[in-house]
Amino acid sequence: MSEFVVWFESYRKGLKGEVGGKGASLGEMTGAGLPVPPGFTLTTTAFRKSKEQSHVDEDIARLLFELDITDTDMVTERCKGIRESFSKMEIAAPVEVDLRRAYQELCRLSGTINIPVAVRSSATSEDSPDASFAGEHDTYLWIRGEDAVVEAVRRCWASLFTDRATCYRVKMGYEHHLVEMSVVVQKMVRPISAGVAFTLNPINGDRSQVCIDSAWGFGESVVSGEVTPDNYLIDKVLMEIRQRKVSIKEMEFKLSDHDSVERSELEEERAKSPSLTDAQITAIAKLAKAAEKHYGCPQDIEWAVDADMSEENNIVLLQSRPETVWSKKTSSAEGTSQSSGDFMASIVSTLMNPLHTKK
Amino acid sequence: MADRFPSPFDIETPEGAEGWEEMYVYSSLFSEHRRKSEDTTFWFQDGVHWPNVLTPWDATFLEYALASLSQYNSRHLQVPPADGIAFRILNGYCYLSPVAADPSKIEERVANFTDRAGHYFMNWDDLYSNWMVKIRDLIGELEAVQFTALPEIEDADLVVKSGAGVGSGYQMQENYHRIVSLGLKLWNYHFEFLNLGYAAYLDFFMFCKTIFPGISDQAIAKMVAGVDVDLFRPDDELKRLARKALDSGVAEAFSAGDVDATCEILKSSADGQEWIASFEESAEPWFNFSTGSGFYHRDKIWIENIEVPFEFIRNYIENLKEGKDLNRPVEAIRAERDRVVNEYAELISTDEDREAFQGKLGLARTVFPYVENHNFYVEHWAHSVIWRKMRELGAIMVDQGFWEKPDDIFYLKRVEVEEMLWDYFVSWATPEAPAGPGYWPPIIADRRRKCSALANWKPVPALGAPPEVITEPFTVMLWGITSDSVNSWLGGGEQLEGELRGMAASPGLVEGPARVILSPEDIGQMQEGEILVAPLTAPSWAPIFGRIQATVTDSGGMMSHAAIVCREYGLPAVTGTGFATAKIETGQRIRVDGTNGVVTILD
Repeated sequence: MSEFVVWFESYRKGLKGEVGGKGASLGEMTGAGLPVPPGFTLTTTAFRKSKEQSHVDEDIARLLFELDITDTDMVTERCKGIRESFSKMEIAAPVEVDLRRAYQELCRLSGTINIPVAVRSSATSEDSPDASFAGEHDTYLWIRGEDAVVEAVRRCWASLFTDRATCYRVKMGYEHHLVEMSVVVQKMVRPISAGVAFTLNPINGDRSQVCIDSAWGFGESVVSGEVTPDNYLIDKVLMEIRQRKVSIKEMEFKLSDHDSVERSELEEERAKSPSLTDAQITAIAKLAKAAEKHYGCPQDIEWAVDADMSEENNIVLLQSRPETVWSKKTSSAEGTSQSSGDFMASIVSTLMNPLHTKK
Repeated sequence: MADRFPSPFDIETPEGAEGWEEMYVYSSLFSEHRRKSEDTTFWFQDGVHWPNVLTPWDATFLEYALASLSQYNSRHLQVPPADGIAFRILNGYCYLSPVAADPSKIEERVANFTDRAGHYFMNWDDLYSNWMVKIRDLIGELEAVQFTALPEIEDADLVVKSGAGVGSGYQMQENYHRIVSLGLKLWNYHFEFLNLGYAAYLDFFMFCKTIFPGISDQAIAKMVAGVDVDLFRPDDELKRLARKALDSGVAEAFSAGDVDATCEILKSSADGQEWIASFEESAEPWFNFSTGSGFYHRDKIWIENIEVPFEFIRNYIENLKEGKDLNRPVEAIRAERDRVVNEYAELISTDEDREAFQGKLGLARTVFPYVENHNFYVEHWAHSVIWRKMRELGAIMVDQGFWEKPDDIFYLKRVEVEEMLWDYFVSWATPEAPAGPGYWPPIIADRRRKCSALANWKPVPALGAPPEVITEPFTVMLWGITSDSVNSWLGGGEQLEGELRGMAASPGLVEGPARVILSPEDIGQMQEGEILVAPLTAPSWAPIFGRIQATVTDSGGMMSHAAIVCREYGLPAVTGTGFATAKIETGQRIRVDGTNGVVTILD
């Protein structure tokens, strides 16, 4: 660990500003024994150090001067300029040394030369509970080799200035030069299937259920909404699968021969078969439940079934963050006579109201 | 989809059963006088308690039970939305119809109910321990009733010189009156607590469903269910006796072939005699246990048919020899219950709701032992005594030439037994030949014929006009009648070919060969790994639950005894399917999804 590189297992609470939301989340999960693929975070200090010795801040100030966010052509052109400035930027020498060393360490740990990694932006604002701002910054998958990793880091930094992210900051009144980014470098999983899970029922906020969306291949198809995923509801306490909706998943994202993720149409048989076994469904639900217990509030997780691992531990947690929709409401019996201290009023009200014990 | 069920007035009488109406009291029949309302009311067949044809005397408990239930709802406690449950007998089968309270009286009823039911809830422990005293006293009084043939001459000291002023003839009439009036009292006691128990349970149930809309019925049941329940005690006693037989080296006696041979061997050794003494100790009261619902004189009672408990004990001995652990995992059940409660409590968002949850759970657990335990005391123990006493009376009348078999007495209506005893008394007093020996045999023969003819009729699940929505809480809880089941009976709903839907009474998913059991006599046929398909199950079938994979019944709700026992034994169960015994054949492979209440025929 250095001021530029924080391994997931070295993460401590005080480092959140350094590693960003994603980096902190992966660090916490690793510390809590939740099964995330191994990796490290390149800190915001690394970002700052590199930026300080470049002209990027001046370029940003110049290009964003009097930016009209309703003028899409203007936004596109100016943001492109900023990203170009990032891509030409030299990474500070001590940062680059640490980054390359850390990547080599990851290769050594995984026993693979040029281990494929995911390089993800981990902005300090992206994953905060009050701003559900997922997907605004970039993720680069299947990056192999030191040089490619360095390049991907640069691109992640540049992704702070995508059109959308830039407009968002203008709208929210954030200062562009204060926005920082850390970058997560993590061993890739090769997913058989992947998806998301909520530790509550997103339809009604029922916290006694886990809801899983799952599709073949990479979870991006689920997150982006490009496929209608299989959907499962699991009773969190009794750990029983209460509902299964298997959809026709016409495509998957899979790894091409040249390490890129590509769309692939699925043949009918595979498209309509369930993307998870019952054992996997239960294991994902348990994982989601463990994540919720660890964080102390409802979670929204990303998970995958890793083809490289054995049946017993092939469920990998990719990300866990607080669920933002229902957590603001309180699902409660408040206001109904059922929650009042007067138990007879409650019993009378129960008897007077139609029962729906089925469904 | 049909919009209504057949009118009770359009149901045909099965061939050979013409005139069956005369077997029952007029008030229990559909009649022209009440036709208008009867025809537009919704009636469902109660297969939970009365799956078979009622003989005339057996209708007694139906009448006592429903009248007692009704009076508590309508007149005692004033349950706000629900008056009683009307009952009728049609083609020998029982049909019920929940009666809603007059909406204009609701306000007044709420006040009364709050006061009256509130008193019970506030003083539950005291009132319930008093109930246990009352019910044991009542059973004691029943046991004390002795029927004996009338003497040649009365005892000089006991009757004549004692100044009692009344004789054996009077006493015999009085004894019968005592049996029937204690029977009615028994059913009053039965419903003194039952609906209140359900109400508190329902309140917790609805609260859980508000906080956790997707919570399963079983999870709620699991949180409330007791661990040491009297209903499981008979089975526990069998296991204890099996262990004792092995420990004291007398287990071989159970391979002797039949009960008599087994008893011979047991009596021949000191250890065997000690085992018999131990059996007798368990038998009173725990083997006053019916193989059926307890509502039919034909249901075998363990204590009177010791081949039944002996066979179970023999099986348990075999299991023990194979090294099986017969113990119910009481500690594990308790720990699991605590885990479930704690996890749900932790998932509640506000302290206020958590407090309400704990309060309601507390009340539900206070009242629930009654719901679980009363069945043994009333339907099993007390009913066993009543059947026994009636049979004793029947045997006396056999000796007097009134009929052929002791059980013939159950082909008389309740009031006819009184007429018959009057005949016996008068003819003894006069003395002259009684008229009964000429009068009863043809009537009994005719009624036996009618009952056999009626037994071949498959009762339609419902009659009359379906309600828009089933809301009566007890109908749902106990009988498992919901708007969905009504729809599926009408031929609507989502029912697929080869699929039956019912109540998700006990969780789990299994596949296996079905065995359809229509009579308690046949439960011994169940083989290891089979799935039991029956009109209903009785708690006394528990000893075979170790052998089978799952249970499917035609009738019954979440709180039916079958459901309670299946949950206790961890067997998947779907209850209230309506037609399982008609649609499934022995040997067919079926899938039972007790978590979702679906049974699928796979063959």
